[in-house]
Amino acid sequence: MTTIGSSSRPVGSDQLPSVGDVPIRLSKVASEDVLTVVGAAIGSLGLTWVLYERVLPLSGAFGFWLTWYLVFVILYLAAASLQWSRLVVRDRMTAVLVSSGGIFACVVVADQIGYSFVKGLAAIRHPNFWTTTMANVSATSPLTVGGMLHAAVGSLEQLALATLFSVPLGITAAVFLAEVGGRLERPVRTIINAMTALPSIIAGLFIYALAVLALGIPESGLAAALAISIIMLPTVTRASEVVLQVVPGTLREASFALGASHWRTVMRVILPTARSGLTTAVVLAMARGFGETAPVLLTAGFSPYMNTTPFHGWQATLPTYIWYSVLITGQYPNYVARAFGAGFTLMLVVVVLFTIARVIGGRRPGELSKRQVRKLRREAARS
Amino acid sequence: MAIAVTSARPAPADDDTPRVIVSRGSRSDVVFRNVLRLAGLSSFAITAMILIFLIFRSLWAFRADGFSFLTKQNWVFTGNEFGVGGVLPDTLAIAAMASVISIPVALATAIFISEYAPPGMRRGLIAVIDLMAAIPSIVYALWGRFFLMPRVIGVMGWISRHVSWFPPFKLTVQPSASSFVGSPAIAAMVVSLMAIPIITSLSREVFSQAPQGEREAAYALGSTRWGMVRTVVVPFGRGGATGAAMLGIGRALGETIAVYMIINTIYSFNWHVLESGGNSIAAMIAGLWNSASANQLSALMAAGLVLFAITLTFNSLAALIISRSRSGAATQD
Repeated sequence: MTTIGSSSRPVGSDQLPSVGDVPIRLSKVASEDVLTVVGAAIGSLGLTWVLYERVLPLSGAFGFWLTWYLVFVILYLAAASLQWSRLVVRDRMTAVLVSSGGIFACVVVADQIGYSFVKGLAAIRHPNFWTTTMANVSATSPLTVGGMLHAAVGSLEQLALATLFSVPLGITAAVFLAEVGGRLERPVRTIINAMTALPSIIAGLFIYALAVLALGIPESGLAAALAISIIMLPTVTRASEVVLQVVPGTLREASFALGASHWRTVMRVILPTARSGLTTAVVLAMARGFGETAPVLLTAGFSPYMNTTPFHGWQATLPTYIWYSVLITGQYPNYVARAFGAGFTLMLVVVVLFTIARVIGGRRPGELSKRQVRKLRREAARS
Repeated sequence: MAIAVTSARPAPADDDTPRVIVSRGSRSDVVFRNVLRLAGLSSFAITAMILIFLIFRSLWAFRADGFSFLTKQNWVFTGNEFGVGGVLPDTLAIAAMASVISIPVALATAIFISEYAPPGMRRGLIAVIDLMAAIPSIVYALWGRFFLMPRVIGVMGWISRHVSWFPPFKLTVQPSASSFVGSPAIAAMVVSLMAIPIITSLSREVFSQAPQGEREAAYALGSTRWGMVRTVVVPFGRGGATGAAMLGIGRALGETIAVYMIINTIYSFNWHVLESGGNSIAAMIAGLWNSASANQLSALMAAGLVLFAITLTFNSLAALIISRSRSGAATQD
C-alpha cells in the first residue's frame, strides 16, 4: 500500500543496519548506575571522615567503616531518588544491599586467610617452624627455636585414621540409602540428619566416656580419630548420597538388563560413575575433620613432643597446638605468633584440600576428563 | 549367574486386585543388601550409643537435682550442686544474637548469588562460600580474639552510651576499656560468621530452584528484578530459607571454641550482653572437663545432653519445615 508522497519500496537490504551501525546491547550497565554508586561511596567517605572524630563522639576503625557503610546507603538512596522513579529506586537499593552481602562474604574469607598469614609471618618465616617440635622450648625462647611439626604429624595421622573409619562406613550407608531404601530409608535418613546436629564437643565427650573411661583405650590419637570419625560420618553419608542419586537410572537398568547382580552393578557401574563426586564428598569431610578442635581436646591430650604412634601416648594436633599456645601461654608473644602460624598452616591445608575437591569433583557422573577423551579418540583412530 | 527369581501369585478370579510380584534376588544379592542395611543401621547404633552413654553417665546429676538442674544458677566446684540455669540462657542469648546478625546477611548473600551475580561469578562465589564454611572454627576464634575484640570495643561503648534505653545494652559497671572485653556480644559476632555460610549455601540452592516460568512471567508483567525476587523467589524459597536459618542457629548453639576463646567465663546469666562475662554450655564443657571430679563429669554430661537435645530439636524442626515447604519438595533434601 502506498502512502501519499512516498514510493512503495518494500523494506529491503538497504534499510537493515549496515556494517557501521552500533548493535543494541540488551543488558547494559549505564554509566549513571556506576557513577551513582561511586559518588555515594566517595561522598560518604568524605562525610564520615569529617564527622567522625570531630563532631560525633565515636572512635575506632571498626566504627568508622560501619558509619561509612550506613552513610553510603543513605547517600545512595538520596542520589537514586533524585534521578529515578520510586520503583527503580527500590530495585537499585536492594541490588546495592544484596551486593554488600556478597562482597562481605568474600572480604571475610580473604581477611581470615590474610590475617593468619600476616600475624603468623614472624613464625612462618623460620624453617624451624616447619621442621622441629616444641621439645626443649621455653617461654622465652625466640622464634628461631621450636615449631609445629609434631602437631602437623598428629593432625595428619588422626585424619588418616578417621578417614579410614568413617569413609567406608559412610559410603556404604549412602549406597544403602540410594540403592536399597525400603522401609528403613526414612528412619536412617532422619538419624543421619540428626547426627549432623551433634555438637563436636558432645562427640568428644562420648568417646571420652566410652573409650577412655569405659573401654580403657588410652587418651591417644586413636581415641581422637574415633571422635573425628563420628563428626565426619554424617557429612560423608549425606554428600555421597546426593552424588549417588544423580547417577542416571538408565545405567543401572542397563547393567541389570545385561544380567549383572546388584553387587556387581554397584561396584562396577554406579560407584565408578560417581567417583569424582564421591571423592569430593570425602575430601570435603576430610577438610572438616582436619580443623576439629573440641573432640581432640578431650581425647588426645597434648604434648610438646613428637609422638608418631597414634595408639598410645598423648598427641598434639594443629588445632590443640593453637589452643594451648593461646590459652595457656598466650601472654608470651612468641607463642601467639606460633599459634597464628599454625592457624595459617591449617588454612593452607584446608584450601589445598578444597582445590583438590573442586578439581576432581567438577565433573558430572559419566563426564570424561580431557585426557580420557583424548585416549578414547586415539583408540578409535587406531582401530 | 544372577537372574532374579520372580514368582507371581495369580489374582483371585472374583475381584480385580493387582497381583503381587515377589522378586527374590540371588544369594549374593541378598547378602549384599543385608550388608548395606547393616551399614545404614550402624548410624542408628552410633547415635543410640551416644545417647545411652550420655544418659547413663549423667544419671547421677539428674537424680541428685532433678528438674532443678535446668533452673539452678550456680555451678559450685567443691560442693555437689550443679545447675545449668545460669549457662543455658547465655547459650541461647549468644545463638539469638548471632542469628540476628547472620540471618539477614546470609539471606542477602544468597539472593545476591542466585539472582544478582553475573553468571560467570556465580561458581566462584559458591566456592568462596564453601571455603568460608570449611575454615576451621579455631581460625575464626583467633581472628575474633586478636583482631576483632580490640577494634569493636569502640562501637560497643557507643552503643552502651546511646542505646541504653534497650535494657540488655545497659552497663551495670563503670564503662572502661576492659568492661567490654569478653562479652557475649563479641562472641555472638564471631559465631555469626560461622553460621553465615551454612545458611547461605542452603538458601542459595533453594532460591535457584524457583521455577523459571514464574520468573519470566514476573518480568513479562513488567516488574523490576527486585519485584521479581520479592514475588517469585522469596515466597518459593521461604520454607527452605527458614530451615536454613534454623540450621544456622543449631550451629551457633553448638559452637565451642570461638565462645571459649573470646568470652570471659562466668557461671550466672549475664543478660547485659555488652558487658564482659558469659558462657555457653559447650564452652563450659570444654573448660571444665579436665579438672572435673566424677560428679562434676556427670553434671557436664548432663549439660551436654541438654545441649544435644536443643540442637536436635532445632535441626529436626528445620528438616520438617524444609520437607513440608514447596522448595523442599523441589530440592528433595
